[in-house]
Amino acid sequence: MGFFLETLLGGLMAGMLYSLVALGFVLIFKASGVFNFAQGAMVLFAALAMARFSEWLNSTGLGNLWLVNLIAFVMAAAVMFCVAWVIERLVLRQLVNQEGTTLLMATLGITYFLEGLGQSLFGSDIYKIDIGMPKEPVMAFESTFPGGILINQEDLIAALIAACLVALLSLFFQKTSTGRALRAVADDHQAAQSIGIPLNRIWVIVWCVAGVVALVAGMIWGSKLGVQFSLATVALRALPVVILGGLTSVPGAIIGGLIIGVGEKLSEVYLGPYVGGGIEIWFAYVLALLFLLVRPQGLFGEKIIDRV
Amino acid sequence: MSKQIGDVILNVQHISLSFGGVKALSDISFDVCEHEIRAIIGPNGAGKSSMLNCINGVYTPQQGKITFRGQTFSHMDSHQVAVMGVARTFQNLALFKGMSVLDNIMTGRNLRMKSNLLWQAIRLGPAQREEIEHRKRVEEIIDFLEIQPYRKTPVGQLPYGLQKRVDLGRALALEPQVLLLDEPMAGMNVEEKQDMCRFILDVNDEFGTTVVLIEHDMGVVMDISDRVVVLDYGKKIGDGTPDEVRNNPEVISAYLGTGH
Repeated sequence: MGFFLETLLGGLMAGMLYSLVALGFVLIFKASGVFNFAQGAMVLFAALAMARFSEWLNSTGLGNLWLVNLIAFVMAAAVMFCVAWVIERLVLRQLVNQEGTTLLMATLGITYFLEGLGQSLFGSDIYKIDIGMPKEPVMAFESTFPGGILINQEDLIAALIAACLVALLSLFFQKTSTGRALRAVADDHQAAQSIGIPLNRIWVIVWCVAGVVALVAGMIWGSKLGVQFSLATVALRALPVVILGGLTSVPGAIIGGLIIGVGEKLSEVYLGPYVGGGIEIWFAYVLALLFLLVRPQGLFGEKIIDRV
Repeated sequence: MSKQIGDVILNVQHISLSFGGVKALSDISFDVCEHEIRAIIGPNGAGKSSMLNCINGVYTPQQGKITFRGQTFSHMDSHQVAVMGVARTFQNLALFKGMSVLDNIMTGRNLRMKSNLLWQAIRLGPAQREEIEHRKRVEEIIDFLEIQPYRKTPVGQLPYGLQKRVDLGRALALEPQVLLLDEPMAGMNVEEKQDMCRFILDVNDEFGTTVVLIEHDMGVVMDISDRVVVLDYGKKIGDGTPDEVRNNPEVISAYLGTGH
């Protein structure tokens, strides 16, 4: 029982991290109807920026770890604002009222551009982000279960940060008039313009928010795995999450992430031995495939009904 | 009619618009006076919607000027138009389908919301007062359009006639001076048309809103409008009161058919 719970918890926390990346996809899709292929590249770009800024701040002799990270985070966020502004200016503004596919292809282009630019600006070595997360696991519930449950503190903190971010975003989308304007733009560009919602400003806001989410994701993944090119492929791990949860749903991204995180871990531990292991690698994709067959809009996505 | 028709509020001068080789509008001029109901009619493809889209800033005409309340523009900017107090509805519904009726109409208030994001997020102080204030106005519109039971329903699930009302409600939420209606009664049954007519007349009457509408149903147009512009193949072929237009031979042959 203790071991089962331990696996479950591990899965939940890993899932939270997938959710964090998936959230970036959902945000941009919800607010502009664009499937942003560049989310992974944005995670890499943001993490690279933050890693290099904190490295530079450390070299200037700023001793305090918290201060260094805070300043580096703010600087990296500023960089992501600039990226958002440039993307809106040079790409999205030119493509108002175009087909979704056109915009998708444009974000594909942005992906390669950002990957290249990130590495030429910030370098292509492996960097590390040290946000001072405790690495040692702790024991919990020692009185309830024999041996207790081993919890990875790093994962726990990451999951907490992710949860806070999600709560903030839901609040922003559902309760503010800017959030309402964002949802309006997602539904219909022309109608939104006709009631005086400034499309361009809304897009900059969305991409900024997605940029900050990418930064948080990049920071946490980066501090776990190191900041390197492979970070961009983290986005691929988040795709099944989005399919599972539904492209238009913030809660969907979270629950989708949790399901996949838990599913991966449990199936690896309990089914793995029978098929020779390695389930973790393909589990998410197979699950997503099944969902595409049975429920293409995902668990929480909006069902598309065409009136004839 | 007892209502007071005011000065010219919107003046369209020599507008020409073409898409490649197709002339959608050629040299169209007409004016709209304050508080009047001005109809634009014409057969399919006459350029009615294009005209509205020029006024609304969706299209940029190649030639001509539009004067709104004394300010002259060679092209209108969608956002700016809304700020100046021109709202519109759409021929093919363009509602925010995933959102509730209430939220759809609330988006119309967006321009008038002033408090910043931080206050909005924590729902305190000025933002809360503001939200309540706007919500009140929206409730008035909902009452006015008689859609109280559907407040929280996602608009995608409403029948067509009601969706048209929500579209009108969203435009009204801007508290516009000029309301552009693109075929507000298209595809409706007789009862729904009567309701919509009543709403348009009430808006015009109670709030003094100037209305520019495109409509196919001749009966409706002749009943509710003060003056009518007739377009055919992108040209203006008639302009005047419903009676004048009805007796204009060119209009009869082009639009009403020779057998009328």
